[in-house]
Amino acid sequence: MTLDRRKLADHTAGWGFAAPAVILIGAFGLVPVVWSFLLSFQRTDLTSPGTFIGGDNYAKLVADPLFWDAARRTLVYVALFVPITLVLALPIAVMLNQKIRGVLLYRLAVSVPLVTSTVATGIMFNWLANPQFGLVNAALDAVGLPKQGFFTDPGQALYVVVAMTVWGWLGFAVIIYLAALQNVPKDLLEASSLDGCGRVRSFWHVELPLVAPATGFLLVWLTINGLQLFDAVYVTTKGGPLRATTVLVYHLYNEAFVSFDGGYAAAIGCAVFLVIGVFTLVQLRFNRRTSHFEVR
Amino acid sequence: MRRPSALHLILLPLSVVMVTPLVWMLLVSVSTQEESRRFPPGLPSGIEWENYLAAMRDAPLGSWLTNSFVVSVVCVVGNLLLCSFAGYAFARIPFFGSKVAFFLMLATLMVPFQIVMLPLLIMMRSLGLVDTLGALIAPNLATAFGVFLMRQFFTTLPRELEEAARIDGASRLRTLLQVLLPLMRPTLATLAVLTFLQTWNDFLWPLLAVQSPGTMTVQIGLQSFQGAHTTNWPKLMAGTVLSQLPVLLVFFFAQRFFVRSVAAAGIK
Repeated sequence: MTLDRRKLADHTAGWGFAAPAVILIGAFGLVPVVWSFLLSFQRTDLTSPGTFIGGDNYAKLVADPLFWDAARRTLVYVALFVPITLVLALPIAVMLNQKIRGVLLYRLAVSVPLVTSTVATGIMFNWLANPQFGLVNAALDAVGLPKQGFFTDPGQALYVVVAMTVWGWLGFAVIIYLAALQNVPKDLLEASSLDGCGRVRSFWHVELPLVAPATGFLLVWLTINGLQLFDAVYVTTKGGPLRATTVLVYHLYNEAFVSFDGGYAAAIGCAVFLVIGVFTLVQLRFNRRTSHFEVR
Repeated sequence: MRRPSALHLILLPLSVVMVTPLVWMLLVSVSTQEESRRFPPGLPSGIEWENYLAAMRDAPLGSWLTNSFVVSVVCVVGNLLLCSFAGYAFARIPFFGSKVAFFLMLATLMVPFQIVMLPLLIMMRSLGLVDTLGALIAPNLATAFGVFLMRQFFTTLPRELEEAARIDGASRLRTLLQVLLPLMRPTLATLAVLTFLQTWNDFLWPLLAVQSPGTMTVQIGLQSFQGAHTTNWPKLMAGTVLSQLPVLLVFFFAQRFFVRSVAAAGIK
């Protein structure tokens, strides 16, 4: 009897503590996922009740050349943004992990872009890459190269977005790598140098394999964020010029809030979610396979 | 005498590249109009504080900053309270449905926001919250990540700590507030820094949820300001500096927690 009463007290206390957060997260995080899936089978402008139209939105998606263009641009973006960030971040983290004078200042410099909002970053880059009086064109001009159009050139805009987002995310990747490198046991590095390993060889054979979990995490995280690119495009090119930077989420935004085709936008959202989900699962498996390098 | 490292030859130029956009933003914000449109660009001859006054005068920058501040602070307080309560329950109290609830909550972490935002907008409309700060606060008042972080923290604490207090007759709430709270401080600080940065810099949701200049956050306001003032760079840059000041302050004074929270959350 007393035991049951204590259990009952646990149930009420547990829900009493957890309910506010659980209800909020359920209502605003979980319910919308199911709802979005239902929306993708409707025709709706998001303001008035929609009508069910079966799989029409998905049929439209498969046949929509603008969707596939956006998908291709998103892939190009991710295929550049993720590897460039990773390849730059690791050597920088290794350098910032050395005991040299002023290393804290260098760390500060590298991580400052992290707290800079995308809007501020966009405004700064709009100015730096301004075709008439921007700093980058001034630098090109000084070394005798022709001025470039950057955000105004359909052939360049997406690459400038890549450069801008690499600048914004580099500090994040460096911090993750630094944390991983600081966990590499010192005696392993000492042992490898006693065995005659040079600094470069011990990097390839000791540090690189040991930070593999960090690389795996960054690969997933940067890709997920890259697939969701929107803010950086909105504050710089608004998807232009000539749709050159209209990536998937930007296309979704256009469909929902410019064409008022909420159902189709939801279908695009579900497609993005599917890609992200598959990617995450594949990566999780890959991570499990490489994590045996981890030394405790 | 230790020889200066050759690494400076790489790290110094790299640091310059990383901080140049920010430094240049500061320089343009104190330049005159003519100086900002020179080619090639150069250093300003004096400090034109007038740009800051002009930015404050020509845009409701004050109310944008206030809105951002209100939303961020309310969300920080909400997360600290609700996430530590829920995290405590999930870590320590065996209650009916706790495993399912926790799993479903974690699952929401995988969902991209673009999936959530369309129904969320419909919900906010039917709640009458669209174009109010409530629409920005409600969905961010408690986060799955926050609950997860706090639960992880509570599972690392030895049970004896609270059992002693419980045997002495203290209620769970009192144990949490009087015995565990002092130990929770670093984790709470991490959660606070992270929530503040995220809500302050949030863009997509406020872009959809608020429209009138009086309810805009500073990020959305700045974006609309940019559309209207591309010809006056100094004024625009002054506004941008003001919008970044609070997060830069948080960054400098809470760097320890900041680095930890980035590593813990993987969120920018």
